[in-house]
Amino acid sequence: MKISDFELFKSLLYERSGLVISPDKSYLLESRLTPIAKKWGLPSLESMTMQLRALPDEKLIKDIVEAMTTNETSFFRDTKPFQIFQDTILPVLLEKRKTRKSIRIWCAASSSGQEPYSLAMILKEKEAELRGWRFEIVATDISDEILDQAKRASYTQFEVQRGLPIQYLMKYFMQFGDSWQLKDEIRNMVRFSNFNLLDNMSRMGTFDIVFCRNVLIYFDEKNKGEILEKIAGQLENDGFLLLGGAETVLGITNKFTPNPEKRGLYIKSDKPASTIVSPRNASAAPSSTSSFTSSLFKRT
Amino acid sequence: MKTCLVVDDSRVVRKVARRILEDISFKCEEAEDGMQAYEYCKSSMPNAILLDWNMPVMSGIEFLEKLRQMPSGTNPKVIFCTTENDMTHIQRAMAAGADEYIMKPFDTDIIRSKFIQIGLIADEE
Ligand SMILES: C[S@@+](CC[C@H](N)C(=O)[O-])C[C@H]1O[C@@H](n2cnc3c(N)ncnc32)[C@H](O)[C@@H]1O
Repeated sequence: MKISDFELFKSLLYERSGLVISPDKSYLLESRLTPIAKKWGLPSLESMTMQLRALPDEKLIKDIVEAMTTNETSFFRDTKPFQIFQDTILPVLLEKRKTRKSIRIWCAASSSGQEPYSLAMILKEKEAELRGWRFEIVATDISDEILDQAKRASYTQFEVQRGLPIQYLMKYFMQFGDSWQLKDEIRNMVRFSNFNLLDNMSRMGTFDIVFCRNVLIYFDEKNKGEILEKIAGQLENDGFLLLGGAETVLGITNKFTPNPEKRGLYIKSDKPASTIVSPRNASAAPSSTSSFTSSLFKRT
Repeated sequence: MKTCLVVDDSRVVRKVARRILEDISFKCEEAEDGMQAYEYCKSSMPNAILLDWNMPVMSGIEFLEKLRQMPSGTNPKVIFCTTENDMTHIQRAMAAGADEYIMKPFDTDIIRSKFIQIGLIADEE
């Protein structure tokens, strides 16, 4: 690929989605964008760059941006964040929101839906305990294509085996040939919409919990910082942020403070660290993985 | 070191499973059918059993039912690993006391994630 063409895609992607692409990834541009050129009836990538320069079509740009997103995800990805959600965050918020009785959760880069649906399944399991509460799970992504997939909620055999306990598969999925369809009782708990993290977030409203996992890794420091600061603006003062395993706020923003014991968990900085510990369950709270597994994966 | 008994009539599957299990630090033992597995368990109970369904002599499900009746037979974690990939089989296996269920084909990721879920290995990051 010509350097000038690489530069064109590089700046287009950076402007539109924040994705930073280095020259050693130009093979990725070629393998993912050649099918887009074909779809648009263009003979080559080169003619696609010519078209982009001459008369940039918004729909073509959108296709390019979507084609370059990485949608890798799985149910209960990394286990721990979901354990933290269930054993640390929920008990605290159930206490703190006991008059309001409503909790809003945002999955800010939800890909094909496994992350918000995992949260929904956890909440479904606790249905009896949560009677009278309103939970809202808002899931957003920049890619319409992946959002459509998320809404369909039909997964391959491979996808339902990575991270999803067999008990959940039995309870919440129906089998159609080779694919596994998530039941409506879980699907209906999640609301999907398109949202670009580079945009103004005020229309999203205020949240108690934000999952923003495995998306900031693709961005530069400037965008990471700006996005985290905007998220801080949408998060209740005693709310919680979860980042991916390779992500951190350290050296990027001081709006959040990491919880030293729970990797990936952050609270807003002006809050005393004690807000993190549940007032009642602090000592009784189970702390090991096995407690999570035993309640999540209990035998029936 | 934890022990995992791999019960499968295919030598190829046993070999692949052994490589994955040794990677996650299990000592691996092999049995070619449910009867061999049963004999093995009489002399020593493994920590985990990776179990095929269809095998000559004694099937996986028959073995599991027998195993759960043995003294200490509830100790091993049993993970079915089979081409039977329909809900009926899954339900039957779980009712008979299986802990997890893998639908073939499997890979390292799937085995690792299932072993983490049932607490056989820790979730190191
Ligand atoms: C690797 S997935 C992460 C999925 C899930 N959060 C997880 O941790 O498994 C990253 C997602 O971020 C989305 N994404 C990339 N840039 C974005 C942006 N500027 N705004 C919103 N979503 C974006 C991609 O479309 C992709 O689905």
